[in-house]
Amino acid sequence: MSSPSADPLHLAVALDGTGWHPASWREPVARPRALFTAGYWADLVAEAERGLIDFVTVEDGLGPQSSHFFDPDERTDQVRGRLDAVLVASRVAPLTRHIGLVPTVVATHTEPFHISKAIATLDHISTGRAGLRVQITARPNEAAHFGRRTVPGIDAYDSPAAQELITDLFDEAADHVEVVRRLWDSWEDDAEIRDAATGRFIDRDKLHYIDFQGRHFGVRGPSITPRPPQGQPLVTALAHQTVPYRLVARQADVGYVTPHDTGQARAIVAEIRAEQAAAGRAGQVLHIFGDLLVFLDDDPAEASDRRARLDDLAGEPHTSDARIFTGTPAQLADLLVELAEGGLTGFRLRPAVLGHDLPRITRGLVPELQRRGLFRRAYEADTLRGLLGLARPASRYAPGHPASLVPQSTPIV
Amino acid sequence: MSKPLKQIHLAAHFPGVNNTTVWSDPAAGSHIEFASFAHFARTAERAKFDFLFLAEGLRLREQGGQIYDLDVVGRPDTFTVLAALAAVTDRLGLTGTINSTFNEPYEVARQFASLDHLSGGRSAWNVVTSWDAFTGENFRRGGFLPQEERYSRAQEFLATANELFDSWHGDEILADRATGTFLRDARAGAFVHRGRHFDIHGRFNVPRSPQGRPVIFQAGDSDEGREFAAASADAIFSRHATIEEGQAFYADVKKRLAAHGRRRDQLLILPAATFVLGDTDAEAEELAREVRRQQVSGATAIKHLEFVWNRDLSGYDPDGPLPETDPNVDEEHISRGRAQVRMYRDPLATAREWRELAAAHRWSIRDLVIHTGNRQTFVGSPATVARTIDAFVQADAADGFILVPHITPGGLDVFADTVVPLLQERGVFRADYEGSTLRDHLGLAHPDDARGERERVAS
Repeated sequence: MSSPSADPLHLAVALDGTGWHPASWREPVARPRALFTAGYWADLVAEAERGLIDFVTVEDGLGPQSSHFFDPDERTDQVRGRLDAVLVASRVAPLTRHIGLVPTVVATHTEPFHISKAIATLDHISTGRAGLRVQITARPNEAAHFGRRTVPGIDAYDSPAAQELITDLFDEAADHVEVVRRLWDSWEDDAEIRDAATGRFIDRDKLHYIDFQGRHFGVRGPSITPRPPQGQPLVTALAHQTVPYRLVARQADVGYVTPHDTGQARAIVAEIRAEQAAAGRAGQVLHIFGDLLVFLDDDPAEASDRRARLDDLAGEPHTSDARIFTGTPAQLADLLVELAEGGLTGFRLRPAVLGHDLPRITRGLVPELQRRGLFRRAYEADTLRGLLGLARPASRYAPGHPASLVPQSTPIV
Repeated sequence: MSKPLKQIHLAAHFPGVNNTTVWSDPAAGSHIEFASFAHFARTAERAKFDFLFLAEGLRLREQGGQIYDLDVVGRPDTFTVLAALAAVTDRLGLTGTINSTFNEPYEVARQFASLDHLSGGRSAWNVVTSWDAFTGENFRRGGFLPQEERYSRAQEFLATANELFDSWHGDEILADRATGTFLRDARAGAFVHRGRHFDIHGRFNVPRSPQGRPVIFQAGDSDEGREFAAASADAIFSRHATIEEGQAFYADVKKRLAAHGRRRDQLLILPAATFVLGDTDAEAEELAREVRRQQVSGATAIKHLEFVWNRDLSGYDPDGPLPETDPNVDEEHISRGRAQVRMYRDPLATAREWRELAAAHRWSIRDLVIHTGNRQTFVGSPATVARTIDAFVQADAADGFILVPHITPGGLDVFADTVVPLLQERGVFRADYEGSTLRDHLGLAHPDDARGERERVAS
């Protein structure tokens, strides 16, 4: 279930704007005016693929970025505005061959039917390299963009009211993912028969209603999109506390967590593994990746100087949910090995400045890890599940599948 | 002096979930693999077509309580395929059908604005509506919309989306490193919409895209649909592909524009059209008959008859006579998720007429469906088809056509190779793209120019 540290590590890169430091767009290497062009994203993903990275994630949101957690801001000194992450991933899919593409989708105001077919389609386009990162939004201003419900304002993340709201939103997200996953299975793999003798294009006995009824919505199915090449594209989620850990444990293939040292990593991994076992998934591969925000330079002083310079430009030190690393690729490799002792199976790196730190991941960190026998020297599989050691699952509705014996209208979550 | 020749607009409709696609042909490829879409798009671009068109359906069709299995079943997500096609084409417009009933304006506007950025200004939106509870079962809201309100919601949906597209003007992103000013305006994207169907406010998060707004298509044929198009659309995807019907429709819709303060050239009429080509007209006619038989199998003919009879007719022999029993007009229709059945407004009269036709021609059920169903729009040698298309357009029966081949993905190739060069020789179709955006291809003004023009007229 967990992975000893001698196993090769998995690496993902998180793409967001010009990078994860809010002043990153001011670096000479940044291309802030190209942010809304296809070429910008194609170049980043090509660089990540050159480095044999498992997959990239693409951030997204249903409102402008904000320096506040729950509220919008009116800042003009940071990047605001972004393109739809699923469409960015799809736009670069035909230009890449091996790297996984994992756009962010928001579960809170969106339709699981649309999300399911969009990611299934990304999987068809990329011939098996698609996934999603599911996230919730508790922002009242984003709820007002949809006007379907109101979300109460929250002052502090750890207040009881906030916890209640967040628990509710994560419960909804779990239902959302359940529907997305059932719809991916709603066509069995061999449903398309093209039987000229009977004139039937499909065997309709191999298409299945999913009949999901949850507290927030019901969905009948089947999907309009045939089963994707991976069967189940990758489901991933970022988690910082017990409620989202549970979502990771029950529904995800990869969870991103934010330990600041090996002890924290060990504790988080233990909590998720316990939830995983409780959810009856003990035998399944569930990766737990550590998230790190990275400043990489050949000289450690250069990296910390760069961080200080960007903090100055931003007017305040940048804080992050993830640990912030400054140093050389070799020092980062040391840290990854150390954190992996806590049971992490991989890392999602957030480059502080994409134009600078991404190439130092692909051309510095990756060769360093390869020298230590901790990272692949060539892509060893054609699908994202394959790269992560996840088998291709049979449809839960296929005859003989254990889940097909469960009444279909029973929600699993 | 003679009237200048009109330039023809041509588009390619990806075959798929409809009753003209021949999936049983040995040349028929996948309807889901991206390679099929890429092949089709590259052919359309090689032929200098204006755009590619994707249809959409949000619930698999059913008949008699079972999923309809005789046509192609299954399709990809519209936005996701169009974004990927932007990577394998440079100029071709990318038109997607997106439902205004089971979506929300903020999300759809983000997706179209993103697609427009990612394609360098080539996106278009065919705005459709639905109301049925059947489709609604796949969505959070269920079947929430009364039929009579679907155009009212569509109209407000589009107006709201336009407010979102217009919430950025295009000059907000300064990205001035020296002063640290990324945005010129802290409130970029601010919007407020208070209406009957949508009450939303906040800030839109996609900056102004190359075309400002996607090109807007409308496909409904009702009086409401025509009004909607005259008020708000840039192009109509119509179904009137005979010259007389086409002229009547064309005149009717163009006439409506003035009431909305619009010029005749601000709305293009583009009927869907099918075609069969042969070396000679006679060969094409023969081939067209074969294709019709492929499109209408015995099983398909029975199902088609059920659209009218609204009963299970599976016991009938497709090579035998029509049922003596009358259509069932009392119960809910056995066919669900299919707009086509609404064409038969008086099933008793249709049944009577069809029995008379069948008796007069000694037609079996299958013969009748083959003959009364849609014959291919253009049948002939490349020269005949080029001449006919040109004649339609010059006679104001259309401004061009959205061609629906019957084979995926190669069905457009022969048209591109044989008919397009003849249209180019006639001087009625572009030899190469002149602009880079879909608005350029269609001769439509950028919304900012249109706004400027309105303001000039007003002042």
